Amino acid sequence: MNNSANEFSRRVTITNDLGLHARSAAKIAKLVQNVKSNVWIIKDGKKADASSIIDILTLICPKGSIITLTIDDQSDLGILNDLVQLIESGFGE
Amino acid sequence: MFNTNESEIRLHGINVSPGICIGKAYLVGKEGVDVVDKYFISKDNLQNEIKRFKSAVKHAKDKLQEIIETTPEELRQHIHILETHKVLYKDKMLYGKIIETIEKELVNAEWALKKVVSNVKNMFRNMPDLYLRGRVADISHISESIMQNLVGAKTLDIGAIGKRVILVAVDLSPAETSQIQLEKIKGLITDHGGKTSHTGIIARTLEIPAVLGLEKATHLIKSDDIIIVDGTAGIVIVHPTDKTLIQFEERQSNYERYKAVITRSSHLPAKTTDGIKLEVMGNIELPEEVVSVINYGGDGIGLYRTEFQYLSQRDFPDEHDLFENYKDVVEVMAPNPVTIRTLDISGDKAISYASNSDEKNPVLGLRGIRYCLKNPDVFKTQLRAVLRASAFGPVRILFPMISCHDEVLAAKKILKKAADSLDKEGILFDDNIEVGIMIEVPSAAIMADVMARDVDFFSIGTNDLIQYSLAVDRVNRQVAHLYQPLNPAIIRMIKYVADTAKNNDVEVCMCGEMAGDPVNIPILLGLGVSKLSMNPQSIPAIKKIIRSLNVKDATLFVKDVLKETSETGIMELLLGTYNSILFESGYTEP
Repeated sequence: MNNSANEFSRRVTITNDLGLHARSAAKIAKLVQNVKSNVWIIKDGKKADASSIIDILTLICPKGSIITLTIDDQSDLGILNDLVQLIESGFGE
Repeated sequence: MFNTNESEIRLHGINVSPGICIGKAYLVGKEGVDVVDKYFISKDNLQNEIKRFKSAVKHAKDKLQEIIETTPEELRQHIHILETHKVLYKDKMLYGKIIETIEKELVNAEWALKKVVSNVKNMFRNMPDLYLRGRVADISHISESIMQNLVGAKTLDIGAIGKRVILVAVDLSPAETSQIQLEKIKGLITDHGGKTSHTGIIARTLEIPAVLGLEKATHLIKSDDIIIVDGTAGIVIVHPTDKTLIQFEERQSNYERYKAVITRSSHLPAKTTDGIKLEVMGNIELPEEVVSVINYGGDGIGLYRTEFQYLSQRDFPDEHDLFENYKDVVEVMAPNPVTIRTLDISGDKAISYASNSDEKNPVLGLRGIRYCLKNPDVFKTQLRAVLRASAFGPVRILFPMISCHDEVLAAKKILKKAADSLDKEGILFDDNIEVGIMIEVPSAAIMADVMARDVDFFSIGTNDLIQYSLAVDRVNRQVAHLYQPLNPAIIRMIKYVADTAKNNDVEVCMCGEMAGDPVNIPILLGLGVSKLSMNPQSIPAIKKIIRSLNVKDATLFVKDVLKETSETGIMELLLGTYNSILFESGYTEP
């Protein structure tokens, strides 16, 4: 992955007890609906489209997982930061 | 009135919600969806086909939105599932992939939907995690609703049913069950599903009789057939004869009368005819449930499961939050005791998904006391909160999943540290607080005499004790019939624990589902179990049955029970001896 260390990526730890389950994945996908380009979630070298609940679930991210979020387009930087906040806040669960 | 040419059929399923109802069936068919035709479309028609697909999704999604908005108050807590379904409709892996398939393969939308959905389902079926495998059902529900819109099949609109009926379905989606209104649905039966399915939970919430897992009900029953649903015994009768109808009408009115009687007398003590008083307590999970324990006449909380606060928050709850919750329960329940079980993170709480390591076999893994001893800070925080709550009313501490004596000592050591730290800070607590352990692992039962040296009480957790002793996963349909609370091995084990407890002056309580089923009470009474804790709803029925039994007879009866070599033998003996008492409770098959 050539963009794993660029300025448009953030590393976050999943803090909510249930991890990325259907409800939290739905919250991510909803937020990502308004992006200009693509947002990706990377875990252990596997990459998922953050706009797809199904794709996110296939990554299997329990509590404590460290994931990297990346964006393809600079104009989505705001959403990237919102995502980090959402995940760090434990999805308000 | 009904077709007498057809012969009576009796179906057996899983009794998920008690009660009896008689009425006309309303078959919820999903016609035209099983067989999907494949045909090719021309390039000229491609855009139309995609449009047709998009509009089917839009209709399905709009309908769901409508359902969310009109979900009745008592079911609102369940709508988050529907919100997730709403987002899934437009998921790239479904929506995007289906459009892509139509474009690339020039096939009709139905075929593309079927193909993409079955790929996604296979992906989930192969996942290591039970929770994720369960998502297959979500994918099915939304793809079916799109399919119905595509083929123009009549979709199920439970809200539009005009008369009071008994719902008959293959399976019901959360969107469908949340539309159930009591004035229209008397009862429900399905081919799939089990006790812990969403449908089962809703049926119990609404208190309507339900039998699930009937397998062939939708093949054997047609709309407007007269059917009887006995949600207590788990039976459905199709085309009942006049004789059966009369029999069940009587059974129904007996049940209603019985329910009214037990509710009226639920606040009276559970005293046997020879004057021995048993304590009948409630199991709770949420602080709010303490109200229903009081309403149903419970003598205290025999099991307060504390996992909820850990599962619902983003981080470990702090001592203050835990304390506030425990204090609320203790204050409301006082002067009756509250038994607080320390954190029992386990496989059935989808925690395998939340734990850091992938456990192949979570029920045999890092759960209960094992988890707490590995995370002493988390444990100590909870123990401090429990101790602080003990200043506000009688509290007992219960350690789960104890499998060896060392664990009891280690847990008590941390408890001592927690107590010392409170002492130092000058915070009040009950320094004579009673400490007990769950007897739910066979090794703990066998070592009961050693365990008894260091605890004040035993609490027999039958759900796990049965599962571990008989090596049966009761959710597994292939072996569920081997899950037998009245298996002679289980009765011997309980006898040993109860006898040992008595000889060592340790109290014994039973808090598993076994304690809440009237059929088991004569045996438990005879074995010397003097405290029972159960779902609050079961309290009135259990109290009632205790009032019609006496300890002397039950003790003699158990001697005969111990001679039996099979569960069937024990059941026959039980029904032979106590039939009239049990029949009144509606628990035996007529």
